[in-house]
Amino acid sequence: MWEYTEKVKEHFLNPRNVGEVENPDGVAEVGSIACGDALKLSFKLDENKRIKDIKFKTFGCASAIATSSALTEMVKGMTLEEAMKVTNQDIAAYLGGLPQEKMHCSVMGKQAMEKAIENYKGGPPTEPAAQIICECFGVTEREIEQAVRENNLSTVEEVTNYTKAGGGCGGCHDAIREIIERVRAEAAPVARPKLSNIQKIKMIEETIDREIRPSLKKDGGDIELVDVIGNRVLVATRGTCATCKAADITLKHFVELKLRDFVSPELVIEEVTT
Amino acid sequence: MKTIYLDNNATTQVAEEVLDAMLPYFRDLYGNPSSMHSFGGQVGRSIREAREQAAALIGAQPEEIIFTSCGTESDNAAIRSALTAHPDRRHVLTSRVEHPAVKSLCAHLSRQGYRITELPVDKDGILDMAQYERALTPDTAIASLMWANNETGVLFPVEKAAELATERGILFHTDAVQAVGKIPINMKANAIDMLSISGHKLHAPKGIGILYVRKGTRFSPFLIGGHQEKERRGGTENTPSIIGLGKACELAARNMDTENRMVLRLRDKLEAEILSRIPNSRVNGTGPYRLPNTTNISFEFVEGEAILLLMDDYGICASSGSACTSGSLQPSHVLRAMGVPFTMAHGSIRFSLSIYNTEEEIDFVIEKLPSIIERLRSMSPYWNVGDQVCSVQ
Repeated sequence: MWEYTEKVKEHFLNPRNVGEVENPDGVAEVGSIACGDALKLSFKLDENKRIKDIKFKTFGCASAIATSSALTEMVKGMTLEEAMKVTNQDIAAYLGGLPQEKMHCSVMGKQAMEKAIENYKGGPPTEPAAQIICECFGVTEREIEQAVRENNLSTVEEVTNYTKAGGGCGGCHDAIREIIERVRAEAAPVARPKLSNIQKIKMIEETIDREIRPSLKKDGGDIELVDVIGNRVLVATRGTCATCKAADITLKHFVELKLRDFVSPELVIEEVTT
Repeated sequence: MKTIYLDNNATTQVAEEVLDAMLPYFRDLYGNPSSMHSFGGQVGRSIREAREQAAALIGAQPEEIIFTSCGTESDNAAIRSALTAHPDRRHVLTSRVEHPAVKSLCAHLSRQGYRITELPVDKDGILDMAQYERALTPDTAIASLMWANNETGVLFPVEKAAELATERGILFHTDAVQAVGKIPINMKANAIDMLSISGHKLHAPKGIGILYVRKGTRFSPFLIGGHQEKERRGGTENTPSIIGLGKACELAARNMDTENRMVLRLRDKLEAEILSRIPNSRVNGTGPYRLPNTTNISFEFVEGEAILLLMDDYGICASSGSACTSGSLQPSHVLRAMGVPFTMAHGSIRFSLSIYNTEEEIDFVIEKLPSIIERLRSMSPYWNVGDQVCSVQ
């Protein structure tokens, strides 16, 4: 049996925003019945170009349904630019984590969101015809590249967990290995300007305010920055986070990743009690 | 919440009588049956009785029964023994729908240079016997076909298959783990050389199995050690479990007819009611040759794991051949071999009953399942409400 978090189970048993939006501004369908999961997403914008209504229909396992539900909750009220920035890691973190083998469900959510936004903007951007790498599950080179890049994947098995590519006949394993090597070679460390401690603290505060706190608040939680010592970011959990069993997962997989993205890749989150 | 256990092909509840028979061998009668003192010797006598009980269930002679640790060990021992007994032969004949205990072993042997033939099945899960016959070659060391399929309950004509193999001087093994205790088996009336049994599928505990080896069959042990089991399986006997399995075999022999009539009636009721109440559902592997306790039903446009978890919420236990439940990304190899369309394969549920199920339990499942399927279909992008004929088959 899969070890699903309470939040995954809760979203599976009581999914939010099931259905189809009437007269949608953007729609997308990803996955297929042959693959074992598929997601149809539709949304409508309000006068401020924020997502007013978003609904899903999903064929798939419990985690596919839960990630669809979570995605719709997360992006409601966002601008399309903000929604575009929601990564599959964010979706998984929102649910308190997913089993590795089920990470492809969160990737499916991310892909559906991107595709629906592309649909709103008038069809997919002109790009060279997507090359299918995994014939069994119809996974393209671009999808594999993106998953490797965004999730820092390094093995074929991980790519299969995140995209399903390579999970069928196994004929594409060599091709996947090549993509991993290529993407990882590209991802040479980006030279970032060295931050002074004051700058660093300021950026951390800003990132928490802008990128982290709104998500936590949705669940009645919060965090407070206590201190920054070198690359150690000391935070205290507040509200529901303080009593939540999954809080350390959220800190590691959501808060830390955000801070690394926006401030410095060396940062490490530590929880302190005050 | 009450548990409604309809997953008896996965494992079964240990019978009260079996547990009672076992307990003294944990507490007081802990002697080693190989010992010279009478304290151990009395345990040896009990094991002899258990061997007789097991032999009686399948019409075998007691010395043809080797106690093992599980069905998987029995399968491995049988196939590997055949290869050792015929080192000049490099071919193993089997089917595409075998249990992993045989299937994965054959894949392993293939990597070691053996030639493996996996016979296909048709949409009902049935073998083409003419094709089977053609695949028996002078190079074939052993043919191994399961008696009853664990996912669908479909029975292979293993007695006929054994005859055809024996005529050609080829050993025949059957994984009868799902069949023993559910259908009558008489080894005196067939030509099967080796047969695997698993205790926990017939109300004995886990961790005990049997390999039947016909008298006169060349046998090379899988576990080499002491002289136990007439030097055919080393290792100190798992006394309590052997006693338990003996008791379970005795119970099965005594009750098989009545039990199966009852189980068959409940299975048929469950199957018929589900099919009539839930549109776009169908049975995988129908036909007359099927275990009385198993039905494998597909629900189109919904996914099996989601069904299982919603049933779990009501305490209903079953299993699925969907990709998501297996941890792999493809639906069960059995359903794929039968050519079950993807729209159906991902939404397959196996219900497997036992004597401990009641009419009330079956009625409860019949009552709850339609709304579970309906709920998931209302979320499915492939299902339009009121559209009951949109099957892509």
